[in-house]
Amino acid sequence: QGKFTLLRDTRTDGSFLVHHFLSFYLRAGCKVCFVALLQSFSHYNIVAQKLGVSLTAAKERGQLVFLEGLKSCLDLFFGEKEEEQSGQPSPLQFISESASNLKALFDFIQTSLTPADSDSWKSPVLLVDDLSVLLSLGATPVAVLDFIHYCRVTVCSQLKGNIVVLVHSSEDSEDEENKLVVTSLCHHSDLILWVEGLATGFCKDVHGQITIIRRLSLELMAEQDRVQIYQYKIQDKNVTFFARGLSAAVL
Amino acid sequence: IVFTEEDKYGLYSNLLFKYFLAEGVVCGHDLFVASAKEHPDNILKELPAPLLDDTYRNKLGEEATAVKSEDFQDSMKIAWRYQNLPKMEASPTTSTKFGHYYDVSKTMSPELCQSIKCHSFYLPEELSLQPKMKTCTMNSAYRKLLQSIQRIIYHEGFDGSDPQKKQKNILRVGIHSLGSLLWGDDICSSGTPEDVHSLTKFLYVLRGLLRKSLSACIITVPAHLIQNKAIMERVTNLSDIVVGLESFIGSERETNPLYKDYHGLVHVRQIPRLNSLICDVSDTKDLAFRLKRKLFTIERLHLPPDLSDTVSRASKQDLAESAKLLSSGCGAMAIGKKHLDF
Repeated sequence: QGKFTLLRDTRTDGSFLVHHFLSFYLRAGCKVCFVALLQSFSHYNIVAQKLGVSLTAAKERGQLVFLEGLKSCLDLFFGEKEEEQSGQPSPLQFISESASNLKALFDFIQTSLTPADSDSWKSPVLLVDDLSVLLSLGATPVAVLDFIHYCRVTVCSQLKGNIVVLVHSSEDSEDEENKLVVTSLCHHSDLILWVEGLATGFCKDVHGQITIIRRLSLELMAEQDRVQIYQYKIQDKNVTFFARGLSAAVL
Repeated sequence: IVFTEEDKYGLYSNLLFKYFLAEGVVCGHDLFVASAKEHPDNILKELPAPLLDDTYRNKLGEEATAVKSEDFQDSMKIAWRYQNLPKMEASPTTSTKFGHYYDVSKTMSPELCQSIKCHSFYLPEELSLQPKMKTCTMNSAYRKLLQSIQRIIYHEGFDGSDPQKKQKNILRVGIHSLGSLLWGDDICSSGTPEDVHSLTKFLYVLRGLLRKSLSACIITVPAHLIQNKAIMERVTNLSDIVVGLESFIGSERETNPLYKDYHGLVHVRQIPRLNSLICDVSDTKDLAFRLKRKLFTIERLHLPPDLSDTVSRASKQDLAESAKLLSSGCGAMAIGKKHLDF
């Protein structure tokens, strides 16, 4: 509870972790606010169904608040009259304004996760896929970090919920803004799941390597961080994890 | 979004662009062509003619099977471990029928072109019209293009907004040389462009439009001119498929005997992972293309056997270079930092 988990991928696609956390938290009965910036609702819905969860049903019973970034952006660009009528500013307002302020997005998240009286869900969860897109859309790194900070204060401290955020990173990346955001987030995360491609190149049986870092040093006892490394293979409905070098193809 | 990095002189990426559009004509899809340099009508006049002749395809199939039955008899003596591997096919399309073949030496007949609806967007003509969208921080050319695409999608019912339209069709959008100076974007000419986010914002809105409607899009970009590599990384993130074409014209590889059969390399940098946890990865990672008189083919890269008697340093260096090329794979799966020498 009250934890900030950072999903980080390098040279490969870590979105399978996002799908996992989404279905995990929904099954656990938590209220989830999912800020999906990169893919459409139907994409997540189809994968979630393979994992045994229905996103449409969750949305209908109020357990899932889904912000579809692509749709919201279209409404912002092409919707002329509807915006004035609804009275509520679009969460992605910063795209069309020159001041890159993510406050509207934060307000949206706060409103959706603050429990109403009729809610009976367990602790709230904020899920973001993925944060690097905000930089592509014109937000400055400082604005993104401020936004995350506000979210942490509200979701983790006040509401005792969890946050899971996906970012892309790469050592030889020339995107300095992204590097700044990722490094800063790494320092503030309680748990980091770092997904990488294998150093030796592409392999059919082992899709990549995941490093799990539990930041125990952030707490008062000041222990050392615990690091575990596994390799994984993604299948249609499942991901199998195994110790390094022990993939099924080798044994 | 199919994002294509252009080769240096744009010859081969133009060809790929025209193939995409031609396939649309043959399948009866609607087309939308946007260009800042050449008038879309001219582009449409130069589409390759489809090979509707079945005998040609049969001939290809026959050659492939003839080769297979010959080799079956020999059993390997030294490299016997490889015996059980399936026969490697140079061009994987001979066995499965997907799409159409085109004859590059002929242009498509105008009647065929006119059988489908073509919408075009020619930037010099559009700039004279007034912008209707509210102000936002994006390049005005991109803004107009988005507005135009959205209008077509809405009016022609590609986004399902018109329930009375029973026959669903697909819109194929082709955008030529995006990001170049002709579109008013200076990312290709300076290291610190005025508006870094124009192209990425454009791609994001375009992605939204495509996801909401029955359409597919190919974009060609002169990636070799973009100096700010961070933009290329962000753009890769926002696209579904990223393919880079590297032609050998003018580079040292043109005279390299390793590549004598080919005209260039195809780098598949990213493949889509849509609606599923996994993505469809083929075994082939190293692709090269060649332009024969009638056909443009993409094949597996074969290195010719190293039959040189002399152990010269120069050729060994080249082999190591090409080995490095071979070990680089798609971004969606994994790329290794180091390469192992085999």
